[in-house]
Amino acid sequence: MAVKDFWKRHENLYFAVSNKKVILGVTVFLAIVALAIFGPMVTPYDYEEFAGRGYQPPSKEHWFGTTIMGRDVFTQVVFGLRSTLLVGFLAGTIASAIGLVVGFVSGFFSGKAPDEGLMALTNIFMVIPSLTLLIILSAYLPYRGIATQAIIVAATAWPWTARAVRSQTLSLKSQEFVNLSRISAAPTFRIIREDIAANMFSYVFMVYILQFNGTILSSVGLEFLGLGPTRGISLGLVLQNAVNWNALHLGMWWWTIIPGLILTLMIVSLYFINTGLDEVFNPRLREM
Amino acid sequence: MVDRKQEPILRVENLTKVFSSGVFFRQFTEAVREVSFEMYPGTIMSLIGESGSGKTTIGRMVLKLLRPTAGKIYFQEQDIATLRGKAELREYYRRVQGVFQDPFSSFNPLFRVDRVFDMVYDVFLPDVKDREERTREVLRKVNLNPERVLHQFPHQLSGGQLQRLLIARALLLDVKVLIADELISMLDASTRMGILNLLADICQSTGMSVLFITHDLALGYYISDYTMIMHRGRLVEQGATAEVYHNPIHPYTRMLFRSVPDIGHRWDPKEKFVPEQVSREIAEFYASNSGRGFAQVSSSHKVLMSLD
Repeated sequence: MAVKDFWKRHENLYFAVSNKKVILGVTVFLAIVALAIFGPMVTPYDYEEFAGRGYQPPSKEHWFGTTIMGRDVFTQVVFGLRSTLLVGFLAGTIASAIGLVVGFVSGFFSGKAPDEGLMALTNIFMVIPSLTLLIILSAYLPYRGIATQAIIVAATAWPWTARAVRSQTLSLKSQEFVNLSRISAAPTFRIIREDIAANMFSYVFMVYILQFNGTILSSVGLEFLGLGPTRGISLGLVLQNAVNWNALHLGMWWWTIIPGLILTLMIVSLYFINTGLDEVFNPRLREM
Repeated sequence: MVDRKQEPILRVENLTKVFSSGVFFRQFTEAVREVSFEMYPGTIMSLIGESGSGKTTIGRMVLKLLRPTAGKIYFQEQDIATLRGKAELREYYRRVQGVFQDPFSSFNPLFRVDRVFDMVYDVFLPDVKDREERTREVLRKVNLNPERVLHQFPHQLSGGQLQRLLIARALLLDVKVLIADELISMLDASTRMGILNLLADICQSTGMSVLFITHDLALGYYISDYTMIMHRGRLVEQGATAEVYHNPIHPYTRMLFRSVPDIGHRWDPKEKFVPEQVSREIAEFYASNSGRGFAQVSSSHKVLMSLD
């Protein structure tokens, strides 16, 4: 009985744990996160250390093989995964936060000066070719750390979130239930929490996942072009090194395919979570 | 039936609402222009007009959901624009309530329908112990089965059920003025009459007044003591229902009555409705009465004769 009550109260959770896409996505993603957390603890090598003979395919000593110089690819991948996830988390958070605030304020003041101003700014950011801007910005800065990279990536990632959140706010604003709460003299805090925030939550959640995803891809892209952090390692840098050393031509599939596969799995798992959650939050898409 | 000796409970003076949008390229829409009327206790006034004529906007201004561009609204002789603070607003909403046009969007989809009642109890009736019992009672009044509708999510109920829930919500309070915006649009004919009769009953027994916003002339005639006709944001004709319905003067009002379909009268391809013709008739009417403004046809019948 208590169990039944629990599920009744947490209906969304119930639909989430019974949605195959969500389960699959979360499992894969958690596995990758676990790899990033525990991988560096397990590996006996350092990512810059010459761990053994070069040009070695995967073996007992070197799970993902070694690079042409004899660095351990597994070590590079797990350390790289850490910083890639960190960049994605930072940039995704910054981009979502800017997009949410800009979108919400401009939707709230729709048609007035703040809206016009913010939307003009958003549109300008939208038409700037983001990759070009990223390359120029990155090339201009002599030292780039993870935080710098995250800020650069976030600066071009937020506009679509702002637009989407603005239109979501607009449609919420025209809902009569907000007016009904107002004529019930309900406290403003209650209106914001139950009528606005609660209805925006699922949307915000999915915006965040998509931003996380998008910013990981752009930062890996930058790193691949050689504009990543100037120190340390990341998935994009592993891939860049592999390409620089002609890994594919030399038949060193483990140096390119494995990091690429992990990156792809991570992105795909996030997309699975995203579409799955859409079904969870939207009662009309629920598979009963 | 309008008792002129009584003080009006609600007085609207030269109410105007202009919507503007855009900062760099400003656009204005005049939704309501210089509307004045008075509501007396215990009466039902219908506000009739086509969609977009500004009926809903007037209701929203009275409910303080929109701020008038110009003009004043007095409730019991107090200007409602001067209401300040939570307490004063709460007292206003204890007396003035509304039911909105669209029942589907009137409920927050994430909560069970009981929430609309709980909000009323939380704010206005915190001392009530037997909430559930009181709710059941008003639900039965609007012909709803409490077992069927309580504890449900809004998407599990029909438009008619949701609309009656909203009416029940307004009945929880002892309101003086009810803004009923297309109150029964989603109800079938038999339930409609039940609700209308209930409304009329309450008005007679408690002295509640209703602003009955509708586009349905027959409903207006059935329920209201006083009728106001709106066209393009202006009140073009207002008066005791019998006078307006039996002696319409404004060409727009006349056109409205002509276009009500009779039972037994079928569509005929030879009868063409030409909207331009109505506009032309109205323009000629205003031109031929130039300078007269509002004319008092009788003590309780006023017509807009010209726009100057």
